[in-house]
Amino acid sequence: MKKTVLFFAIIALIGTEVAGQKYFTRSGHIWFYSEAPMENIEAHNYQSSSILDTETGELGFTLLIKGFEFEKALMQEHFNEKYFHSDKIPKSTFEGKILNLSDIDFKNPGVYNAKVSGTINIHGIAKEVETMGTFEVKDDGKIHSNSKFQVALADHDVKIPDMLKDNIAKIVDVNVEIIYEKLDK
Amino acid sequence: MFFKWLLSIVLIFVSGSYLYSQSILDLLDEEERTDYTIATFKTTRLINGHSIETNAGGVLLFLIQHRFGRLNGGAYEFFGLDNSTTRLALEYGITDNLDIGIGRSTFEKTMDGFLKYKLLRQSTGKKNMPLTLTLFTGIAVKTLRWQQPNRTNYFSSKLYYTFQVLAARKISTNFSIQLSPTLIHRNLVAVKEDKNDVFAVGIGGRYKLSGSFSINAEYFYVFPNQIVSEINGEKVHNSLSVGVDIETGGHVFQLHLTNSRGMIEKFFVTETTGSWANGDIHFGFNISRVFTIVDKTKKKLEEEKEKRENG
Repeated sequence: MKKTVLFFAIIALIGTEVAGQKYFTRSGHIWFYSEAPMENIEAHNYQSSSILDTETGELGFTLLIKGFEFEKALMQEHFNEKYFHSDKIPKSTFEGKILNLSDIDFKNPGVYNAKVSGTINIHGIAKEVETMGTFEVKDDGKIHSNSKFQVALADHDVKIPDMLKDNIAKIVDVNVEIIYEKLDK
Repeated sequence: MFFKWLLSIVLIFVSGSYLYSQSILDLLDEEERTDYTIATFKTTRLINGHSIETNAGGVLLFLIQHRFGRLNGGAYEFFGLDNSTTRLALEYGITDNLDIGIGRSTFEKTMDGFLKYKLLRQSTGKKNMPLTLTLFTGIAVKTLRWQQPNRTNYFSSKLYYTFQVLAARKISTNFSIQLSPTLIHRNLVAVKEDKNDVFAVGIGGRYKLSGSFSINAEYFYVFPNQIVSEINGEKVHNSLSVGVDIETGGHVFQLHLTNSRGMIEKFFVTETTGSWANGDIHFGFNISRVFTIVDKTKKKLEEEKEKRENG
């Protein structure tokens, strides 16, 4: 009995000291593409933050709507002022988990396919999503991650006026390109 | 005894780690950023006067302005529509904060040019700035032929200079106000008592009723005892204008009523002869269209791609 308790005591105390393996970036590249009869629109955000816990498979993203850069400055202004109301809802986030964590060996260099599910919050409205992506573990210890999924603007209460229905797609392609580095804490 | 104590410690530790579950997003600690205010006004003009807005770098703005005759001209003059004066102009954003512009008014065949520099930007967050400040300097040349060609006429008599320090604050998403202290220098004035340097202050604002529609108002107060002479037998009044902004895609339509006939500072600040009380009101409009001449995002996309491939 005494030995068992001592054994568990040691395990418990050690357990609380070992931090999860966390990977991090502040310069994640997230961009979207809208294809419509009158014009195609794309915008790039080079400053999204993301964190990956390779131990638990938890994944988080956050970005500023104002961080999206458009070719046309006026379009960027309308995107913020009229459609996404970024002064009231400045951020968009994703919080989720890798479902097939056991298929991925983050310690061994290689390319791994992942299935991720979680909650995406755009324009203040949250939605459950599931998507595929890849994690490429590099020799230098960094993890490159890519994913692609679709967002229906109406799902997040983004209203497009009738006049512009041929300029802005109802469903937009979102691409994610991240290079994670180990977080030293 | 010792082991009972140890057991309780273990249980506390183990239960403790289940008690607080944090969102992984909480670990993304916030780096303080500066949030710059955008879209204080819909375009670079409030009504007659310039707003603090400048064009984005690489963007060209084409502006057509019309002011019609006086409404009290009556039905015969079709309430002023028979008698219109026009200005055409181009404004270009050299950078996000520096604009250069050129224009020509049919009124007295006047050419004008200006530079506009955004010195301060309203922001919150890491850098806190309560207002946006834009400096404006313009020159106008009256290109009408001399009325008395046999007199000794000086080219400098045709020149007018404007200096403004435009200061505005976006108070809420829908409401912005601006103060426009102005100095107009006229090389030639009608009588000795008229001042060559005229000081005035403009005050104006806009209230947005929807994403695409706002109501605007503007008033320029000229300090007393600077303009004594009359123009065509009429006293000079302060310029007062009210109007609406309608924005659609790349155009901004500004429709308004004003007592000023001219569309550049030297006209509407120092030469407004209409009086609202008399019905000397002109209907007018500004239409602006923006074109992106230089696409800055392509270069950035390539730079970021390179960084990614090398990193």
